[in-house]
Amino acid sequence: MSKSPYELVVFKPGEKRELPLTFNLRKLAERKPIILPGHRLCAGCAAPLVVKLLGLAMRGPLVIANATGCLEVATTIFPYTSWAIPWIHSAFENAAATASGIEAAYKAMKKTGRLPYDHIDVVALAGDGGTFDIGLQALSGMAERGHDVMYILYDNEAYMNTGIQRSGGTPPFAWTTTSPAGRVIPGKTQEKKPIAEIMVAHRIPYVATGTPGHWIDLIKKFRKGLEVDGPSFIHVLSPCNRGWRHGLNITIDICRRAVDTCYFPLWEWVRGKGYYLTDRSLAIARKPELKKPIEKFLEVQGRFKHLLKPENKHLIKQFQEYVDAVWDDLVSRAVNAPR
Amino acid sequence: MATPRIPLEKQVLIAVNGDEAVAYAVKQCLVDVVAAYPITPQTVIVERFSEFVADGEVHTEFVPVESEHSAMSACVGAAAAGARAFTATAANGLALMWEILYIAASLRLPIVLAVVNRALSAPINIHCDHGDAYGMRDSGWIQLFVENSQEAYDTTIQAFKIGEHPDVQLPVAVNLDGFFLSHTLENIRMLPDDVVHEFLGGYRKIPKTYVDYHGREVELKLDPSSPISFGPLDLYDYYFEHKMHQIEAMKRVPDVVKKVNEEWSELTGRSYGDGVLVPYATEDADVIVTVLGSTSGTVRTVVKKLRSRGYKVGMVRIRMFRPFPFNELRELLKGAKVVGVMDRGISFGSYGPSFMEINTTLYDLRERPLLVNYVYGLGGRDAPPDLIEKMFMELLEIAKTGEVKEKLRFLGVRE
Repeated sequence: MSKSPYELVVFKPGEKRELPLTFNLRKLAERKPIILPGHRLCAGCAAPLVVKLLGLAMRGPLVIANATGCLEVATTIFPYTSWAIPWIHSAFENAAATASGIEAAYKAMKKTGRLPYDHIDVVALAGDGGTFDIGLQALSGMAERGHDVMYILYDNEAYMNTGIQRSGGTPPFAWTTTSPAGRVIPGKTQEKKPIAEIMVAHRIPYVATGTPGHWIDLIKKFRKGLEVDGPSFIHVLSPCNRGWRHGLNITIDICRRAVDTCYFPLWEWVRGKGYYLTDRSLAIARKPELKKPIEKFLEVQGRFKHLLKPENKHLIKQFQEYVDAVWDDLVSRAVNAPR
Repeated sequence: MATPRIPLEKQVLIAVNGDEAVAYAVKQCLVDVVAAYPITPQTVIVERFSEFVADGEVHTEFVPVESEHSAMSACVGAAAAGARAFTATAANGLALMWEILYIAASLRLPIVLAVVNRALSAPINIHCDHGDAYGMRDSGWIQLFVENSQEAYDTTIQAFKIGEHPDVQLPVAVNLDGFFLSHTLENIRMLPDDVVHEFLGGYRKIPKTYVDYHGREVELKLDPSSPISFGPLDLYDYYFEHKMHQIEAMKRVPDVVKKVNEEWSELTGRSYGDGVLVPYATEDADVIVTVLGSTSGTVRTVVKKLRSRGYKVGMVRIRMFRPFPFNELRELLKGAKVVGVMDRGISFGSYGPSFMEINTTLYDLRERPLLVNYVYGLGGRDAPPDLIEKMFMELLEIAKTGEVKEKLRFLGVRE
């Protein structure tokens, strides 16, 4: 078989190359991507953008432990793989535990002079099902034990890989195949689990939120997450046009709407320092009139279509109150928010 | 027996229980990662091993995970990264690992797992039976059963060599009976550290394989100098072929287990039959009993006693349950009139799992021994010599009459 035209991202044994953090588009364009073309993720899917931005944030050798999910199945259909860096998938609920084992292995090899690098970054990548729900125990364990692993949650707010079933990450009132908008029950009746806050409560060194629509912000956060000594957790909103029922061409626009309406605020939490609003969310805190009503987020998504009916105005009001409460609480805690 | 390469006076005699015997063995095996959860139910193996870590006696990274599911997951991650990995569990903990047991075997990661055999809930029990090990029968692991703590020590070391053998590359479960071995003090002989290191060939060696997109052979590990993808989606067009690789690898296991048993014998003076089966007094026996684990000690004692009274009885201890040594066992059993199969576990609605294997073993013989399955010892129920003797007497009666009244019998249970 002929050699693939796509290049792998290779670090030779003993190589001490540190990739600089840059936002220069020309330089970024020259970077070898860690995820290669040919994968079978849907057009308009945000997940490969998240991975691509991780590649632009990486500083050196990096290994990924991927949970079962869209990203895993669509990038590695045997005999093909889209991964240009070392990658492992084991099961659905154990990305954090698998990553813990990898990190421990490299430590033991380093101790015995068998690791030909100063350091190998270990990243766990999982969707909302593998994080909010079935993978929460393994994630909590990894955080408590203090493994030097960056855990990236790409949150498309339902079990999209298996056909849009609700998860602990699904927002209130959203239609899914297991929380249908019926004549009596208007979609999901529960709120979204505050997963990033749960990770803050673990007092790990670094927790942040981001979207691929705010790419400079996200690259910075990925880099910080890699650089801290110990666990970090990055919660990335990852629109899914199949499940959210939106146009293929507005993935990035939806990310911006999520942040502009304060549905998904951008922030980071640094142990010992506290919460910081970042990027557009900081701008909104400084200038509250920039904040858009929640309809701006809901109106472009079919999963919330039922909310826009005149008889459901009270539900929109409830949704707005929920978003406002979470946002006001965050602003009140943010170190850099104006008082 | 020829003098062992390491004379007995160089093999330190220590008094330990079975759990500690395993912990001491692991300590000498240059293990990089031990990921273990201590409870459901607890074994001393991990306690003892964490002391070695705390005292700086090993280079091992100890990962005190939050569940057995994560224990096996962390071992998968560690072994995929190129490490030698170990964990231990029992009963419900093993059941919780179940999903990842298959993944460890299918990714061909030579992890070693000590299973302290105990009964599964409900009702919650904690005492010895083989229901837990029988539950992982089809997961693709090599399963070895030991008779005593010395063998637990010996087999734990051998397990790394067997699993990591280039022809094998499969995970190995070392089964030792809960309480009967795990909590019972016994004198064992330990090898010097450097002898164990040499026996294993040092740290784990990673096999190489040709990867098309590298255009060369690369080591099968998560390595930034030659990136590969572990555990891809594998559909109906390739999955079956990958299963065939596992099936073929299993076929190569008996020879490796036998070879390692021979090497161990030359090194230490200790061997366990041919490595897969341990026969006793089978040559001219009319009645042979097969058994796994520590009960074989009791059975052997009874065989000795009955032989002294002139009864032609014998026993075979099944040391390797997966892969099952059909051919070797057929040779040992073919001359018997009756075979009694002891199972410390049952497949509800069927027979004991080893009984099914022995049926398969004997089916191809033109003249087959009669077969009776004895399910015994569930939940740690004792199997004392008089009970075993009663079983032999029943079997001798069957040998005389040629009539099996009940194929499935239960030993030592209230009527």
